[in-house]
Amino acid sequence: MTTMYTPDHEWINIEDHEAAVVGITHHAQDALGDVVFVELPEVGRSYKQGEVAGVVESVKAAADIYMPVGGEIVEVNEALRADPSLANSDPLGQGWFFTVRVADMAEFDQLMDPPAYDALLKTI
Amino acid sequence: MAETPLLQTPLHDLHLRLGARMVPFAGYAMPVQYPTGLIAEHKHCRAAAALFDVSHMGQVRLAGADAAAALETLVPMDIVGLGEGRQRYAFFTSANGGLLDDLMVVRPPAGAGFGDLFLVVNAGRKDADLRHMQTHIGHRCAVLPMPERALLALQGPQAATVLSRLHAGVAQLVFMSGGVFELAGASCFVTRSGYTGEDGFEISVPADHATALAEALLAHAEVSPAGLGARDTLRLEAGLCLYGHDIGDTTSPVEAGLAWAMQKVRRPGGARAGHYPGAAVIEHHLAGAAPRKRVGLVGLERVPVREGATIVDAHGRKLGTVTSGTLAPSVDRPIAMAYLPVDHAIPHHEVYAEVRGRRLPMRVTPMPFHPHRYHR
Repeated sequence: MTTMYTPDHEWINIEDHEAAVVGITHHAQDALGDVVFVELPEVGRSYKQGEVAGVVESVKAAADIYMPVGGEIVEVNEALRADPSLANSDPLGQGWFFTVRVADMAEFDQLMDPPAYDALLKTI
Repeated sequence: MAETPLLQTPLHDLHLRLGARMVPFAGYAMPVQYPTGLIAEHKHCRAAAALFDVSHMGQVRLAGADAAAALETLVPMDIVGLGEGRQRYAFFTSANGGLLDDLMVVRPPAGAGFGDLFLVVNAGRKDADLRHMQTHIGHRCAVLPMPERALLALQGPQAATVLSRLHAGVAQLVFMSGGVFELAGASCFVTRSGYTGEDGFEISVPADHATALAEALLAHAEVSPAGLGARDTLRLEAGLCLYGHDIGDTTSPVEAGLAWAMQKVRRPGGARAGHYPGAAVIEHHLAGAAPRKRVGLVGLERVPVREGATIVDAHGRKLGTVTSGTLAPSVDRPIAMAYLPVDHAIPHHEVYAEVRGRRLPMRVTPMPFHPHRYHR
């Protein structure tokens, strides 16, 4: 499995664990509505798993972005900063938030796999 | 605490068919947005026409020859002098000079079946307002809630064009006037007013005809449904207050910048001055003693500033708190309302909003943020 999910509705793709990609799920963008602002982490800064690394805001509400795994921020999506609506139109693609150098692969393995995340969505 | 089941408006099934996301609001299940989304709904209202279900709001008739004089003991407005077919913005004041609710009052044509005065009050204050009126003026006029009627709002520059197709007579209405019109087979009370800053109408329709009327309006290409989310961003851009947020029992109408709604005849020196709850405090504020004022703020950065954010001066001293705020779809900037001490409530004055540990510069700005386009 290369993509895993958090209970806070972030996804992380680990194809390149030197630069694993993090974004919000389709459910998260749908629940938020029209995204109008994102606050992205600082490149080079390290975060622990579960730490707040960013913010995503719709017209109605603001939500924190939690680090799915601990690690150092490699790159942030400047295109998303310029056009936050990418988080709505393509949350799993062009609407990615940042990439992270994963410190501990065991943290990744503890996340929810697609069937587990689908099961969580059914309870909402 | 036992969960109370949510009430449904007569348009509930239509909302579900249109794919609305329903949320609890003031005890009702209400559409917050439809599949096109809040921003598209907001912009459609500014560009064409949007249909809102506001049936959760309280519609009340006051019946009796003394109704207007009686209501004047609860609101600092000229109700006695309100002409037939004319509508007025009003508010119930409290003994300490605060606000218990804001409302619309219209004097329907005599014999139209809408009483001597027809009121629309906020959903969340409906029960309290009814008790308040029953207690204080129930002996002078009949206070008659109208749960058998739904309320639709058709708002936007194309609203008049569309509604005229159902009844040509509505085109004769001007802003803040109303009358009875037959629309889609139902006898409706239509006022040319709203909560978006646009030209438009609010339509009181019998509950059992509400869906047919809504469908008849939505059948026109200019009209799209819009939810409570867009209603909130539209009213905020229009600089209009939301009760419980921008105004409440701790804000005087003068602090709230609503003194314009108090006619001369009810102010000191007027023929029917005072004699409403909290008149002493409010008259003191009118004379210049209001310590703070509601202002509009525009963010100089693109970060949304929301309700509850602290406003500070250049030295970090607390000035006030944001009462409403969002990134405004038409203005395309963060906008907010807040109460500031009068010496800071000056246009172009710069203050700072505290958001996630940062101080974001905002400029005090005259409201509305987006120009009103009423049909006067």
